[in-house]
Amino acid sequence: MAALKLVGRNYTTPDLVAKVTGQAKYAEDFRVDGMLFARLLLSPMPHARVKKLNLSAALAMPGVKAIITADDIPAPAATVTDLGQTIQANMKGERALTSEPMYQGEPILAVAAVDELTAIEAIEKIEIDWEPLPFSVDPIDSLRPGRPTARLEGNVWVRPPAKPGTPPPPPEVQNLKWTEEELADARDGRLPMGKVPDQWTYGDLDAGFKNAALVLDETFVTPNTSHQTLESRTAMAYWQNGKLFLHCSTQSTVQTVASVARWLHMDPNDVVIISQYTGGGFGSKATGTHTSIIPALLAKKANAPVMMRISREEEHYIGGARPSLHGRMKVGFAKDGQITAIDMFVVGENGPYEPQGDTAQSGRIVSLLYQPQAMRWRGVSVLTNTPPRRAQSQPGGLQGIMLMEPLLSKAARKLALDQVAIRRMNAPEGKAQFGPASPQGTRAHATSSFMKQALDRGRDLFKWDERKAASGKRQGAKVRGVGVAMSTFVAGSVGFDGLFVIKPDGRLYIQSGIGNLGTESVSDVHRVSAEMVGVPWEKCELTWGHTGRNLPWSCVSGGSQTTHAHTRAAHAAATDAIKKLQQIAAKDLGGRPEDYEVANERVFRKGGGAGITLAQAAKRAIELGGIFDGHELPKEINAFTKRSATALAGQGLMGVARDSYKHDGATHSFVAGFAEVEVDVETGKYQIVDYLAVADVGTVVHPNALGGQVLGRSMLGIGHAIGQKWVYDQHYGVPLAKRFHYNKPPTILDAPRKMAWEALDIPDPETPVGARGIGEPPVAAGCCAILNALADALGDEIFRRAPVMTDEILTALETGRPTQDPLTAHV
Amino acid sequence: MAEIKMPEPELPSASRRGFIKGVIAAGAVASSSAYLFRSTSLLGQPSAPGAVERLITLNVNGQDRRVDVMPQETLAMTIRYKLGLTGTKIGCDRAECGACTVLIDDVPHYSCSFLTQRARGRKIVTIEGLADPATGKLSAVQQGVVDEQGFQCAFCMPGFVMAATGYLKTNSNPSRQELAHGISGNLCRCQDYDKILTAMMRGAEYMRKG
Repeated sequence: MAALKLVGRNYTTPDLVAKVTGQAKYAEDFRVDGMLFARLLLSPMPHARVKKLNLSAALAMPGVKAIITADDIPAPAATVTDLGQTIQANMKGERALTSEPMYQGEPILAVAAVDELTAIEAIEKIEIDWEPLPFSVDPIDSLRPGRPTARLEGNVWVRPPAKPGTPPPPPEVQNLKWTEEELADARDGRLPMGKVPDQWTYGDLDAGFKNAALVLDETFVTPNTSHQTLESRTAMAYWQNGKLFLHCSTQSTVQTVASVARWLHMDPNDVVIISQYTGGGFGSKATGTHTSIIPALLAKKANAPVMMRISREEEHYIGGARPSLHGRMKVGFAKDGQITAIDMFVVGENGPYEPQGDTAQSGRIVSLLYQPQAMRWRGVSVLTNTPPRRAQSQPGGLQGIMLMEPLLSKAARKLALDQVAIRRMNAPEGKAQFGPASPQGTRAHATSSFMKQALDRGRDLFKWDERKAASGKRQGAKVRGVGVAMSTFVAGSVGFDGLFVIKPDGRLYIQSGIGNLGTESVSDVHRVSAEMVGVPWEKCELTWGHTGRNLPWSCVSGGSQTTHAHTRAAHAAATDAIKKLQQIAAKDLGGRPEDYEVANERVFRKGGGAGITLAQAAKRAIELGGIFDGHELPKEINAFTKRSATALAGQGLMGVARDSYKHDGATHSFVAGFAEVEVDVETGKYQIVDYLAVADVGTVVHPNALGGQVLGRSMLGIGHAIGQKWVYDQHYGVPLAKRFHYNKPPTILDAPRKMAWEALDIPDPETPVGARGIGEPPVAAGCCAILNALADALGDEIFRRAPVMTDEILTALETGRPTQDPLTAHV
Repeated sequence: MAEIKMPEPELPSASRRGFIKGVIAAGAVASSSAYLFRSTSLLGQPSAPGAVERLITLNVNGQDRRVDVMPQETLAMTIRYKLGLTGTKIGCDRAECGACTVLIDDVPHYSCSFLTQRARGRKIVTIEGLADPATGKLSAVQQGVVDEQGFQCAFCMPGFVMAATGYLKTNSNPSRQELAHGISGNLCRCQDYDKILTAMMRGAEYMRKG
């Protein structure tokens, strides 16, 4: 692309004025005539079975219109992927309602009534005969002989081997128990390492440890944290002519059609998702929410629209959480700080449902970020009767890096090495390899990594060397410390579609199937198309947030995929449109298509000369029909896009294409975080004085939005370092910290006094625009820069789990060693 | 803050249904406002003696609005579900997050924890009432948000904008630290606090310039 007018520049996003004036409508802001209201009955016990259910008194109440139970929820259905691959349903997976609740707060049934009070009163009249069942809210405890497991049949998911030529079978629950001998380490506060179902290895681990000048063996526990989106997962549904209209809170627009259709056993053509604004997701609303089908089913049963508002407390139960990892890392270092070997062992707390990928992802990310010469990863995800786990920003990556970073800081102190230097030495570079070798003997590699450059830039900007000199010195009751941390995560997918129409009014009508959860990728990525076809942004009209409005097949707005996936798709669609414009110009003005270029709302002969406006070309496209106006479509586009494009055909010149650009490697982004903290050693209270994040995210598309992501997700990580966690009553298996007031998400006063971000702006070589995603990697950089700064200020013997709270600092300073219970969950 | 003295409702019986029947005044309520409120099936009942007046006048965004309000009803419910001003968000309904912040006589309040009956005779401003009604010109704080691309998902945004607007009326030239304290009763879960504060500081600057 020539000099860029749009990409890399700030602009006012098309949703912003509606947000700031209160006009933006989130799911709960819609209303339909005759709308009923739903309330949920939640399980009072962590694990139980409904033996008998008596609904008669509730159903007899005036104003009660419908009640649904687990019997009304369709069974889990197989998933057919975009590539036609079938993924068998997990019949023990999470469902919207259940008659065997697996955690306190799990929805049992739902009542629709003329108003919420009537629904609540009806719920009070429902009689349930419960059979309490054994439960477990602690993964390590569950592995002990004789201790209860979360499910009657066991406590871990195990995937049976696939038979050749058949799709992979769903995982099975098995019972994993460790022997007293295997558990012996727990007595010393070290994570015991018993048998686990999953492992991989590469390199010569033994040689790595043998050649090491320093070997550290550390146990660390990361917290469970609820996503706590400020907008709860409210949904409103109604049916018209057999079609479901669902106003819901979801991260993704188009991708939610498929999941809702699957949950309801419906044809995706009959599902319309409306979600123009979503109040946060962080992974917990990736392709909609299970519970959003409840108002849909009630609406069908009652033959009226149904609104189901979700309260803050309900959101705590059903909204999802990041799984904690109990980790033990044995790491060998050469004298110069080079990592010779990593032996990583993790126990994840899985919650009661689908197997969580965090345990496995933690190993892959550690392998990429620290580039050990040899590595073994072993892990197990243990079922507990606690709320369902869902991917949360940098799932598994955050936890893996949290296990590694404090250890790396300790090693640097022991080897008398600079903290930035030891990271720079081990950091990935270019097409860095990671993870175990495939059966063919090859290892995966990143598309590109400029981690070392990010560390260098941060070192300068943060004035690291200057600050380091002052670090650790006490001034009265105050002591300062500086910390640096590296981070990485997956940052993009491929293969999605772009779709727009240039109409005879000369404007560019862009269709966006991306969800709008505030990252602004919903509009940012399309500036690539506008830039390429030479239309000023003021003449672009963006349609988004309503799958009845002809949107293209788009990626899940999660996992930092979107900016990468959809700058590619936008590039592909614009390339398609430019080709068509050149062909029209050549047809009408003579010469060959390649003699023409497109810029400034015109297609004209290269070097100046005859040309036509885009408005004229759009009119000609309609006259010519065929490929030009969308009556003939490329074969490779997704069926979803095909339907949308067919509906838009004949309105102008259509740009439509699938991203099939080459892509060598797995796209990852990288962040270096730098922090300074000031701790009061008399009170244990600390303040983050300064924080800097330097991001390697490829080409910058929209600086303000990027900055929001870098610092916002850094804060999400910082929350894990300074205060967010769950607390459980182990005896009754119930959560105690259910509200903001108790589980302490960071406030504006917890934010570092000074925050700054920087992007390297080096294009990724494996994608045409050069842009990668950014949602995930700032999280661990923020979290671990703080943890490392605290250890720098106070020493290595203060904490062995996060978050690090005031009382832990005080007691550790008093006794000279970490005093926290090292392994018990939820303390 | 002036307290408005309210007559105490007498509870005719222990039954919630009876109580609600007793206090409902005549008038039609659209079903779409039936979130926590009893809907039409119970209307048309005669008022019980000693009941709180239900049909009251609220001054919202400079307009007098007649509205049917229960004694236990919060201002957030009235604003959102009876007056249709859905810009005010409910994030926790328990005075923890501030998403429902509105101005009452220029002072920021959590409307989820403020009884509507107490707002009688007072000036209520919501996010919808900040821009100039004639020209649509945004308020200083709103313009600050637009110019800095403040906030991400923006579910917390109306609350923050109202809190900042209220705070700046008491301190028009705050430091970053002071303004952070001024809006610290509001939670953002996207946690882009740094840019939020920058946007609010920009709003303060616009406010001073007039």
